[in-house]
Amino acid sequence: MHSICSQATTLPRSNFAFDSRSPAVPISKPVNLRFCGLRKEAFGFSGLTHSCSSRVRCSSRGHSKKISASAENNGTPPKSFDYDLIIIGAGVGGHGAALHAVEKGLRTAIIEGDVVGGTCVNRGCVPSKALLAVSGKMRELQSEHHMKALGLQVSAAGYDRQGVADHANNLASKIRSNLTNSMKALGVDILTGVGTIVGPQKVKYGKVGFPDNIVTAKDIIIATGSVPFVPKGIEVDGKTVITSDHALKLESVPDWIAIVGSGYIGLEFSDVYTALGSEVTFIEALDQLMPGFDPEIGKLAQRVLINPRKIDYHTGVFATKITPAKDGKPVTIELIDAKTKEPKDTLEVDAALIATGRAPFTNGLGLENINVVTQRGFVPVDERMRVIDANGNLVPHVYCIGDANGKMMLAHAASAQGISVVEQVTGRDHVLNHLSIPAACFTHPEISMVGLTEPQAREKAEKEGFEVSVAKTSFKANTKALAENEGEGLAKLIYRPDNGEILGVHIFGLHAADLIHEASNAIALGTRIQEIKFAVHAHPTLSEVLDELFKSAKVKSAASSHGLVSEPVAV
Amino acid sequence: MANILQTSFLPSTSSLRRTPISGSKGKSQVLQVKAKIREIFMPALSSTMTEGKIVSWMKSEGDKLSKGESVVVVESDKADMDVESFHEGFLAAIMVEEGGVAPIGSAIALLAETEDEIAEAKAKSQSSSSSSSSSSHKSVEEQPKQIEEAASSVAASPTVLASKTVALGSDVHPASEGGKRIVASPYAKKLAKELKVDLGTVVGTGPMGRIVAKDVEAAAAAGTVAASPAKPAPVAPGIELGTVVPFTTMQGAVSRNMVESLSVPTFRVGYTITTNALDALYKKIKSKGVTMTALLAKATALALAQHPVVNSCCRDGNSFTYNSSINIAVAVAIDGGLITPVLQDADKVDIYTLSRKWKELVDKARAKQLQPHEYNTGTFTLSNLGMFGVDRFDAILPPGTGAIMAVGASQPSVVASKDCRIGMKNQMQVNVTADHRVIYGADLAAFLQTLAKIVEDPKDLTF
Repeated sequence: MHSICSQATTLPRSNFAFDSRSPAVPISKPVNLRFCGLRKEAFGFSGLTHSCSSRVRCSSRGHSKKISASAENNGTPPKSFDYDLIIIGAGVGGHGAALHAVEKGLRTAIIEGDVVGGTCVNRGCVPSKALLAVSGKMRELQSEHHMKALGLQVSAAGYDRQGVADHANNLASKIRSNLTNSMKALGVDILTGVGTIVGPQKVKYGKVGFPDNIVTAKDIIIATGSVPFVPKGIEVDGKTVITSDHALKLESVPDWIAIVGSGYIGLEFSDVYTALGSEVTFIEALDQLMPGFDPEIGKLAQRVLINPRKIDYHTGVFATKITPAKDGKPVTIELIDAKTKEPKDTLEVDAALIATGRAPFTNGLGLENINVVTQRGFVPVDERMRVIDANGNLVPHVYCIGDANGKMMLAHAASAQGISVVEQVTGRDHVLNHLSIPAACFTHPEISMVGLTEPQAREKAEKEGFEVSVAKTSFKANTKALAENEGEGLAKLIYRPDNGEILGVHIFGLHAADLIHEASNAIALGTRIQEIKFAVHAHPTLSEVLDELFKSAKVKSAASSHGLVSEPVAV
Repeated sequence: MANILQTSFLPSTSSLRRTPISGSKGKSQVLQVKAKIREIFMPALSSTMTEGKIVSWMKSEGDKLSKGESVVVVESDKADMDVESFHEGFLAAIMVEEGGVAPIGSAIALLAETEDEIAEAKAKSQSSSSSSSSSSHKSVEEQPKQIEEAASSVAASPTVLASKTVALGSDVHPASEGGKRIVASPYAKKLAKELKVDLGTVVGTGPMGRIVAKDVEAAAAAGTVAASPAKPAPVAPGIELGTVVPFTTMQGAVSRNMVESLSVPTFRVGYTITTNALDALYKKIKSKGVTMTALLAKATALALAQHPVVNSCCRDGNSFTYNSSINIAVAVAIDGGLITPVLQDADKVDIYTLSRKWKELVDKARAKQLQPHEYNTGTFTLSNLGMFGVDRFDAILPPGTGAIMAVGASQPSVVASKDCRIGMKNQMQVNVTADHRVIYGADLAAFLQTLAKIVEDPKDLTF
């Protein structure tokens, strides 16, 4: 059932020797149940500041230290626990961990102070996908040229703002109830209130104005997620200066909206707003738009997603002050040069969306009670998501997953981290390979990626002394894409020609977010190009873009195929 | 008279001329560029590719390029590819615009090694385009005195287009607080760049006086009538017979001006001028870049200098104005219409400068970049249909001017001379239409006599 199975089997098995293996719990154990497919979705939200490459943050690894730490700990941990596992935060990460924990036979509770589903379901990926679905259809219907080429005739496309907003809202509540029901059905206790760690293996929770409840658990997972990050000087009023939280409600479609930040969030909203008739101005602090993407993909994306649309942009500038519209005055945005800090321009727009990334939501968690100090709000963890305290020691039985640890701010990454933690607490060591986690941006067309970007790969290659090659294929040569009249797109493979290892794959084109998984699975499973290139793809499908991509890679013959292919089996 | 008028040329000229003009633009020319100015070629991006379309220029003219930097995006039969520069330098001239198609291996841009060479390269790219169009004409018509500029053709309706509509475009207030800053929406800015509209001259009607897309479109439409057709009227390949087609803005403007011209009492005087000497002179100084249009304009201007009344105009019916300068407007057919670039002070400017100026104006006209003062300040109009073999025609007087001269082809003719001999001479017929309220028959006759004298003994043209 592990959807992600690390290849790092050479790592020493964890010696959770003192682990009192939880005795079989009298809970029904539905093995094949899988309610909500959330875990499998790729969600397009991430912090701008986080690259996916680094995963080494471990300081002390010695387990002896850990044991001593736990022995020294003041206060005596309870002998018997209310739960095997308590998860603070019922977002997608917590949900993923809970489902897996139940599957592993753990008595599990999940504490949620707000609504089940967290950012992703309520204020992020899910409602934004509803808006993007609308924007995609609007784009198609509005593209006279496209329709004509297909021989279709459609009279002017229009939309009802409230209807679109309702669609997003309905989707969120539907997914939220799916999520809640799936956990209830599995026997996960959903505890309502704000969870605070009060001591080792002890958590209190409760609603404001009600007495707190204290529960104990053998292990605790912090999964409190993140909130939109609003830089200093920006006044958010929720009407004309908004964050993604407000924008997803689509309470208005301004004529002209400035989007601060051109990462995933900004890009997706620009897609939505321009499809609905707004004009957009991007404000980006770095010198280039879409700084997190592979440069080549970014360039192409800019050519397709920015230049032909009603979008202009200011790069290399900070928005130091944003004042909401009031008294008949428009929203004003003061820009300074990112380098010289000199005032550069003042914009007057109808609305501003702050999409400068997300900040961890870790206040009030009681981290001080276990001697943990956050770094810029993030909970420090090692590569196994074990929380590190102020002295650099591991805090026993406390883990942190998802946006709150900041390793990779993606919903499915949080879920994968949660599963990894459950694997560990149930006695199987597991280290998640973050390089195999795909990411996607659901613009039209979509952008997706897994592994390293070309510059990252070249840097790594230089350090470690190997060669890097790049292969590319175009959607223009794909039958299915041409049939859809959507030939715009590129798939790019970054690999080692000496051994055929896939270092990164980046796709820009129709359904790129769905196409990336062949590559991410290959990376997760350690499949080499010389092996995967013999896999068969149905014709005609978009997946042939990747087929062609793998086939166009030139792996040196020394690394010739082995395993699967060299031993043909007659069937 | 009316009949003759109706045989006029507008539609035919433009359609006749359209082919060579657009042809010369789309295809790139073989250039002979020296040393430090390099060409950027259309690369072969796949084995099946024969030509490529320019998707977008990532750099603009004058930008510095480093080796390996992407310059242009080319669409082949398979994919869009970035084309990188093989050399360092400055992008001096773009020869195939965005959307244009060029065969593999043809030059699409010029790369200058230093900044100083940009101008040189630019000139080269321009000369290559105009010389190529000239050659294509000559081969078609063996007229010795054909006018080289691709565009210098004819027309009877004239300066026309401008005045009222221009005001719309230029007399307006910048849409910004105190004019310090222009507030325009992203799409408005994009459109302005595309339609070459100066945002500083556009009045914003959006929220808080901001310039929005429709303001730019309105300004561009006004500018279109004035400047030139922003988009060529969708003519040609498939004209559906029997359909009713509304006027384009340009056609509408021409129509209005033509009707307005009927309120002016005009008359015509013709003259036959021998051009052997002029042809000889042209042959001699052609290599220095002198064009026949410039020679004719110069000769006309010198004649006008001696007959100021022919350079006058009557606007209100009660008085008339002796114009202070002699500005020769020359009707030019361009894609989808016509326009009258003006050679200012043609009597004072020397022939070489005048020729250069003319080339510049024609290039600008084709690029639709003429400024209002470059097409609506003419005091006397020249219209030449000679290159089509037309031997004589007459022109409609553009409102607001005093006279227009229709120039026919110069043709070898058998001529009886006064000493009772028969000889062969190149002769051309000119026909002046003038406003009889201020210019009388004798004035025109005297003017034409002077003009003939100048043309037949053209030494004054070169000073």
